Amino acid sequence: MRKDYRLEKRKYVIGGLIVVIVAIYLVRLFNLQVADSKYKAYADSNAFLKKAIYPSRGIIYDRSGKVVVFNQPAYDIMMIPKDVQPFDTLDFCKTLSITPEQFEKRIHEMKDRRSNPGYSSYSPQTFMTHLSAEDYGKLQEKMYRYPGFFIQKRILREYGYNSAANILGNIREVSQADIDKDPYYSPGDYTGDLGVEKSYETYLRGEKGVEVLIRDAKGQIQGRYENGAHDRNAISGRNLKLAIDIDLQQYAESLMVNKIGAVVAIEPQTGEILAMVSSPTYDPSLLVGRKRGSNYKELVSNKYKPLFDRALMAAYPPGSTFKPGQGLILLQEGIINLSTAYPCYHGYINGGLKVGCHGHGSPLPLKPALQTSCNAFFCWGFKNMMDRKSKYGSTAEAFEVWKNHLVSLGYGYPLGVDLPSESRGFIPNAKYYNKRYGESRWNGNTIISVSIGQGEILATPLQIANLCASIANRGWFITPHVVKEIEDTVIPSNLTEKRYPTINQKYFNDVAEGMRMAVTGGTCRIANLPDIEVAGKTGTAQNPHGKDHSAFIGFAPYNNPKIAVCVYVENAGFGANFGVPIGSLVMEKYLKGQISDERKYLEQRMLESNTIIYSGVKKH
Amino acid sequence: MESKSINQSYFRYVDWFTVGIYLILIIAGVFSVYAASYDFDNASIFDFNEFSGKQVRWIGCALALALMILLIDARMFETYAYPTYIFVVLLMVVTIFVAPDIQGSRSWIVLGPVSFQSAEFGKFATALALAKLFSSYDFRLNDKPSNYFRVLLIIFIPIVLILAQKETGSALAYLALFFVLYREGMSGLVLLSAFCAVLFFVLAVKFADIPFMDTNLGEALVYMIIMLIMVLMMALFCHRYAATRNILAWFVGTGLLAYISSRCGYTLPGNPFFIGVIAVACIYCLVLAMQGESRKILITVGAAVVSVIFLFSVNYAFTSVLQPHQQQRIKVTLGLEEDLLNAGYNVNQSKIAIGSGGMTGKGFLNGTQTKLKYVPEQHTDFIFCTIGEEEGFAGSAAVLMAFMILILRIIHIAERQPTTFGRVYAYCVASYLIFHLAVNIGMVIGLCPVIGIPLPFFSYGGSSLWSFTILLFILIRIDAARRRNLIY
Repeated sequence: MRKDYRLEKRKYVIGGLIVVIVAIYLVRLFNLQVADSKYKAYADSNAFLKKAIYPSRGIIYDRSGKVVVFNQPAYDIMMIPKDVQPFDTLDFCKTLSITPEQFEKRIHEMKDRRSNPGYSSYSPQTFMTHLSAEDYGKLQEKMYRYPGFFIQKRILREYGYNSAANILGNIREVSQADIDKDPYYSPGDYTGDLGVEKSYETYLRGEKGVEVLIRDAKGQIQGRYENGAHDRNAISGRNLKLAIDIDLQQYAESLMVNKIGAVVAIEPQTGEILAMVSSPTYDPSLLVGRKRGSNYKELVSNKYKPLFDRALMAAYPPGSTFKPGQGLILLQEGIINLSTAYPCYHGYINGGLKVGCHGHGSPLPLKPALQTSCNAFFCWGFKNMMDRKSKYGSTAEAFEVWKNHLVSLGYGYPLGVDLPSESRGFIPNAKYYNKRYGESRWNGNTIISVSIGQGEILATPLQIANLCASIANRGWFITPHVVKEIEDTVIPSNLTEKRYPTINQKYFNDVAEGMRMAVTGGTCRIANLPDIEVAGKTGTAQNPHGKDHSAFIGFAPYNNPKIAVCVYVENAGFGANFGVPIGSLVMEKYLKGQISDERKYLEQRMLESNTIIYSGVKKH
Repeated sequence: MESKSINQSYFRYVDWFTVGIYLILIIAGVFSVYAASYDFDNASIFDFNEFSGKQVRWIGCALALALMILLIDARMFETYAYPTYIFVVLLMVVTIFVAPDIQGSRSWIVLGPVSFQSAEFGKFATALALAKLFSSYDFRLNDKPSNYFRVLLIIFIPIVLILAQKETGSALAYLALFFVLYREGMSGLVLLSAFCAVLFFVLAVKFADIPFMDTNLGEALVYMIIMLIMVLMMALFCHRYAATRNILAWFVGTGLLAYISSRCGYTLPGNPFFIGVIAVACIYCLVLAMQGESRKILITVGAAVVSVIFLFSVNYAFTSVLQPHQQQRIKVTLGLEEDLLNAGYNVNQSKIAIGSGGMTGKGFLNGTQTKLKYVPEQHTDFIFCTIGEEEGFAGSAAVLMAFMILILRIIHIAERQPTTFGRVYAYCVASYLIFHLAVNIGMVIGLCPVIGIPLPFFSYGGSSLWSFTILLFILIRIDAARRRNLIY
């Protein structure tokens, strides 16, 4: 065993190091504890209490400045258990309209460390939340009789209109998970849940302020520390201006009463969402205050799922509303030109396959095909594209090209709307079919139903509306969004930038013309308003759940579009039955401000009809 | 026969002095935890629902563990050093994936009612592995670079894994093992340059806002220290006294020139001036180096150049690499910002709690600051507050001294080991203790940035207590076998 005595000396360095550190620390401790009396003075009788000051939450306006969501005060009863002295419990309970048993139970719950790990008899504990203004008034007068109790003001939401719940969302008390995720929150704080309240939470909530108070060793507050030199004022939340037109929203919601589905209206030039209805909906004020818990439970268990925002979370087969997009892809890929005509003998008949169609002239080119919603035309076009090996090499390659065009049009992925939980819909890729049918064991005919928006294809009403807006703009769109302005801030640039699909702009005009023809002399004649040029496309989507879904996309005015809509009504039959009337009424209401007399009957019919009864009923 | 009797009597060689300090520390610890979590609604110290009761239970387990370790054959530790290390490393890898996210850190393995931090058990495993490596046949650290590589591998695998668990504090503790490397032959320059780096950093950040010669006082001070280091190295390291004199004269002369010019109303631009002066000195040294015996002079020049580059990168590193909350903690520690609401709150409260203790303290369970829960984490990382407040300077000094004596004793034990294995292991134990003591108490009294690591034997929590108990008792067991090793 070698021993290196030169190295052994290094023990003095390491030993010396710890001696030096301990010496320095001893000097420091001596300074803190003995030499400097400052700390003693702070602590002997005083200590800090940080008290949060709650800012008011941002107010939400609609696009014309009407107040949609604002604040109302609410009062919580807090208590510091250690400071509570014997008091008239019975009187206290009577004032709050609770029984003495409830009182005892609440106190017991509060002290149970398992359910309330933050309990300390020295710090404020919540005794009761959301006192009504009336109870608050009664209690306030008697407060001096209950030492140890005090009232904390909080802020709740109040709604100017009982609509747009799916867009606005609501606020709820933070959970432990929220606190762990974001240290800004402390127990008892509120945070946005669903809708704009959630996605714009950081703007709306503002910033809590803090008051540094001094209290003595018994916990009693003595005053402000250094006269408030370390206090911080609360910063109010920023106000939001929505793109939503609250009147239009209310009107669209009324048309959708007793129906399941969604209406999305977008201003094409800006991507601003003018109205977004998910039906059935609920009154947002149900989720405010003490009754929130029971109402929320009820909404969750409701079989029509009102909390599920169908406009951006439901993935539906787009049906024939998919055809304009198809037309764009076929033109772009050179599969067809404007004079290419395909035959239709009451449907597409090829390779032992038949996709039915309605009676109309044959053969016909693209624009009349859009006008009459010819299934055969788009089946032929799609089959020719998929099977054009000379251009793409294989069906799989062709399908990938087709899919990428669709993705550029906003399908298959979330568009990026400024609301939480947007669904991506579903656009399969070649790999999906390879897995399902085996590699190169499928061709255009195998998957022919996707050409008319059926089969595997799924899209959200928002995505469908956005495609309509792209056609209205003749070749571009802006990510749809519900917030128009944030006070003192610019909205993120991804909500203002134009996005260009991979399709040449010149083809959009042709498709728009086909959609115009559908209104003037095709499937959506009901939408032919007397003094506004409307373009549109119906959709009738077969689905495994029951009666066909009724859908419609449309925009107006034709030459300078101000509004693009998508209507989707579940189990309501042909597109012309519900989709077209509701869509045209929404456009008329928005553009003219009222419904013309000769169309009042239509409005009446929509307001009164009920399609919810067909939900879940199997076709016979 | 003879070996058997020695085996049976090894308890005679157990270092009861160390065991005694250990017992004193853990008993003081459990009382502190009791005091720190005491709530006037007063539960008993042994109440298993309270922190102190749980700590008592863990201490019981720790003592059982200690006894078990003392009964193991000392040779087993050496034999199973690598397997233990590999096992613990795997455990840490598993931890990253299975551990629940607790306030951003994924370091706790939960087994039913028990949860523990694998990083804590990495400490003794790494120490054993390091000791095993150093004791392998004919291993000398400075023989070849690959030896350094193997040593650093053993140290950095756990560090990386613990960083992946987001437990920066625990990971830093492993850096203390560099003391061991120093003891085993690593050049002292490594520790010295680490010290200089910290010094430069502190100076550059602390005085960054005071203007001086068109730059700031922080940078100017660092330049001056670099000059001083150059002079010292030329004299004490290179033994070139004539050159030292010339360089010193150059520095002093240019300094005077700068001073006079500023008095005359023309302030020289700081950065170009200092860099120019240092560059000229470096070139002079390089000329000397070309005349032979160049290695040491080149090292000197290299040190100066690296220092200047380091200085330039400090600002960048501080503002761009560190997270805002880390910058804040450092600034608060350096006294640049008084931020009583966020980063400074804990430290300020802890200083008040300790400072209010006075010479003899307020008495057991009479602390008001800690009772009113002003100091967060007071039963874990900030446990020293309670001691400071309730036992005063006398108590906290006693705790510090006890730790110092324990560490010095371990160094003494280390040097009496007949085997490299025992010595290296003992130094590992000492290094961990030095680091934990220095950082934990440093942060509580506001001399170190807040890094969340526990105070050994005191802080509430089973993982830390068991980890240090295992570390210490393996050492005591190895030490008890020192006589037997003398036989062969």
